Amino acid sequence: MSELGPDEAARQKRKQIVWQLSGDHRGINAVAKQANIEQLENPRDLEKFFRDMVFIRKFEEKCNVAYRLGKIGGYMHTYIGMEATAIGWNAALRPNWDYVITAYRDHPQPLLMGSDPIAVMAEIMGRSGGLSRGKGGSMHVYDIERGFFGGWGIVGGHTPLGGGLAFAAKYRKEDRVTLCYLGDGAANAGVFFETLNMAALWDLPVIFIIENNEFAMGTRLEYHAADTELWKRGAPFNIKSERLDGMDLLTVLQDAKRIVDYVRTEQKPYLVEVMNYRFSGHGAADNDRQLYRTKEEEEANYKRDPLLRLKAVLRERNILSDETMEAIEEEAENRVEDIYETADASPFPEPHEVYMNVYTDMEPEVGH
Amino acid sequence: MIAATTELSFRDALRKALTEELERDDNVFVMGEDIGRYQGTFRVTEGMLTKFGERRIIDTPIVEPGFTGIAIGAAMTGLRPIVEMMTMSFSILALDQIMNHAAKIHYMTGGQATVPMVIRGPSGAAKQLSAQHSHSMEGWYAHCPGLKVVAPATAADAYGMFKASVRDDNPVIFVENPGVYTIKGQVPDDVNYLVPFGKAAILREGKDVSLIGYSRMTHVNLAAAEELAKDGIDCEVVDVRSLTPLDTETIYESVRKTHRAVVVYEDWKNGGYGGEIAARIGEDCFDDLDAPVVRCGGLNVPMPYARVLELECIPDVKDVIEKVRKIR
Ligand SMILES: Cc1ncc(C[n+]2csc(CCOP(=O)(O)OP(=O)(O)O)c2C)c(N)n1
Ligand SMILES: [Mg+2]
Repeated sequence: MSELGPDEAARQKRKQIVWQLSGDHRGINAVAKQANIEQLENPRDLEKFFRDMVFIRKFEEKCNVAYRLGKIGGYMHTYIGMEATAIGWNAALRPNWDYVITAYRDHPQPLLMGSDPIAVMAEIMGRSGGLSRGKGGSMHVYDIERGFFGGWGIVGGHTPLGGGLAFAAKYRKEDRVTLCYLGDGAANAGVFFETLNMAALWDLPVIFIIENNEFAMGTRLEYHAADTELWKRGAPFNIKSERLDGMDLLTVLQDAKRIVDYVRTEQKPYLVEVMNYRFSGHGAADNDRQLYRTKEEEEANYKRDPLLRLKAVLRERNILSDETMEAIEEEAENRVEDIYETADASPFPEPHEVYMNVYTDMEPEVGH
Repeated sequence: MIAATTELSFRDALRKALTEELERDDNVFVMGEDIGRYQGTFRVTEGMLTKFGERRIIDTPIVEPGFTGIAIGAAMTGLRPIVEMMTMSFSILALDQIMNHAAKIHYMTGGQATVPMVIRGPSGAAKQLSAQHSHSMEGWYAHCPGLKVVAPATAADAYGMFKASVRDDNPVIFVENPGVYTIKGQVPDDVNYLVPFGKAAILREGKDVSLIGYSRMTHVNLAAAEELAKDGIDCEVVDVRSLTPLDTETIYESVRKTHRAVVVYEDWKNGGYGGEIAARIGEDCFDDLDAPVVRCGGLNVPMPYARVLELECIPDVKDVIEKVRKIR
C-alpha cells in the first residue's frame, strides 16, 4: 500500500495517461510549433478564445479576492485551470439553441454563453442585479433564456435534469444538443447511472462531460472510484464513450465539434471523460490543499496550464505577439474590475423579496 | 346554469381528466413504472398507451430519482410532465429530486424557470401491502415550500383538481389514497371544470364540532358525523382538499362556529400534516375554542401486514367518535 492510495499501480497508470494526453511538458513551445491550427476554420478565432480564457481566469481570480474581502459568501468554486474544457465545448454549440447544465462550478458557462457578466458577478455577490436577483448565488447561476440551466449543489443530482433537457428537445423534435457537465466525484452517483441508462434507452441527444480534475473535494480519484477510467461509465449502456484531453484548447475544440455534430445528427447520447486539473482549492473555503496533495504535484500540473499552452501556440504560430497578449490581459483585468465595481454598486435584495418566486402565483405562509 | 353530470368512480374521473388534458395540450405527457403496457398498478392509466402512443405514455425503468429528474429537466423547458409514482412510498427515493430540485428551481432561478409538473400516485394504505407500500407522504411534501399538495376526496374533485394540477405552473403533488379510487360521485360534463386550490369544502354543516380531514379521511369523517348525529351531536365536516395552499379561512370559520375541532389524518400522528392544521387553529382561534384541538392520526408504527393490525393503525369511525366524545 502506498502512502497516497490503495493501488499505486492504478495511480501510476492514470498519471501516464494524463501525461500523454497533456503533451510534452518539457517543451511546451516545441509542441506549440506543431499544433494543428489548420483544423480551425479561422485560426484568427484563437484570439477570441484567448480573450475568453483570459477573461474567465481574471473573473475567477477576482471572485477569489472578493470572497476573501467578504463580498462573496457561502460556498464558491472557481474554474481556474479547467478553462479550456468549457471554452472548447461551448464553441461547438449553437448559441441560444443548445442547452447546458452543470454543477456548482458554474461561473464560466454563462459568461461563455453570452450572459451579462455584471449580472453573473452580481448574482455571485447576492445582489438584486444578479441573474436570479440574489436568490441563487455562486453555486446556482442560471440564464434560462440563453439555455444555461445552472448551477446545482447536490452532487450528481442535476444529471437526470440534463437528461430531461435532452428529452424535451427530442419530444419537441428540435435538434438541440444538451451538454451535461459533472465532476469525477459525481460520476459515482447512483442517479447518474440511472440517467445514463435512460439516455441510452431513449436515445437522448445529451453529452455527459465528466470533468476529471482528479479530486472530489479532498478525495483523490483513486480513493473514490473503483475504476479510475471514468469514461467506461458509458460502456454498460452502450453509450459511445471516450477519454479526452481537457487542457489543450486546440484538441478540445476539435473533439467537441466532432462529438456535438455526431450527437446532433445521430440523436444518441455520448459520454466523455475530460482530463483536467483543479488548480485552486475545491472551493474558496478550502485553504489547505496540502492535506490531500503535494506542492510538487501542483507544480507539475501547473505546467499543463491551458492558458500557458494557448499562449505558446499563439506565440509560436505568430498569431499574437507577447505584447498584444499582455495588452489583452491588462484589458481583461480592467474589464473585470469594472464588472466588479458595477456589480458591487447593485443593491442587496429588499427584505420582502424573500417570499417572491417560491411559487409562480402565490406566497407561502407569511412570518415566523 | 347547472352543468350536466355523470356518475364516475374517483379512478375513472381521474382517468378522464388525464385523457382530456393529454388531448388538450401536446406538452403534457405521462411517465412512470408500468403505466403503459401493464396499464398502471392501480389502473389509472388503463388504455392510455393504445390511445396516445409511446411518445406521450412512457414506461420507465424502476428508477424514481432518475425519471423524476428527467421530468423536472423537461418541465424546466416548458413541457408539462405527469409522473406516476407506483406508490408514494417509492417517491421517498426521489425526495432529493422533488424537494432539493423541483421545489427550489423557481426560487433559485429568481423566477426565470418554472416546473409545471404533477407527481401523482397512491398515498397511504391500500390493503395489507404492509410497511413499505403503505406510507402517507403528503405531510413531507406539504412541509416543503415550493410544492403544492392536493388530496381530493371525491370524484368531482379528483376530476377538477387534477386538471387544475396539470395546468398549474408549479410542481404539484397529487395525493390519491388507495381507499378512494372506487368511491363514486357525480362529475360535471365539462372539459374545463377546474377546482381551484386553496379552497376547503364544507361537506356537511354542523354546529357542535368541526371534523377536519382530507382524502379518504373525509369519508370517515362523514360516516362518523352520521353516527354522532344519532346521539344529537351535530358535526361539521371540512374537506381540506388542498394542503398547500391551505384554506385556513374556511377552517377557522368552521371552528369559530363550532368552537371545537378534531383533525383527522391517516399519516403517522406524530409530525403529520394534521398536526400543522391543529397548531394553526390553536394559534389563531384560541379565543373561539371551548376545548383543546384534538388530533386523530395514524398509529406511530410501521404499517403491519395482518389485516386486524392494519385496521388498528388507520383512524376509523370509532376512533373519530372517541375523540369527539373527549371534547364534547
Ligand atoms: C449529495 C452531496 N453530497 C456531498 C456534497 C458535498 N460536496 C460538494 S462538492 C463535492 C465534491 C464533488 O467533486 P466532483 O464531482 O469531482 O466535482 P468538482 O468539485 O471536482 O468539480 C462534495 C463531496 C454535495 N454537495 N452533495
Ligand atoms: Mg472533481
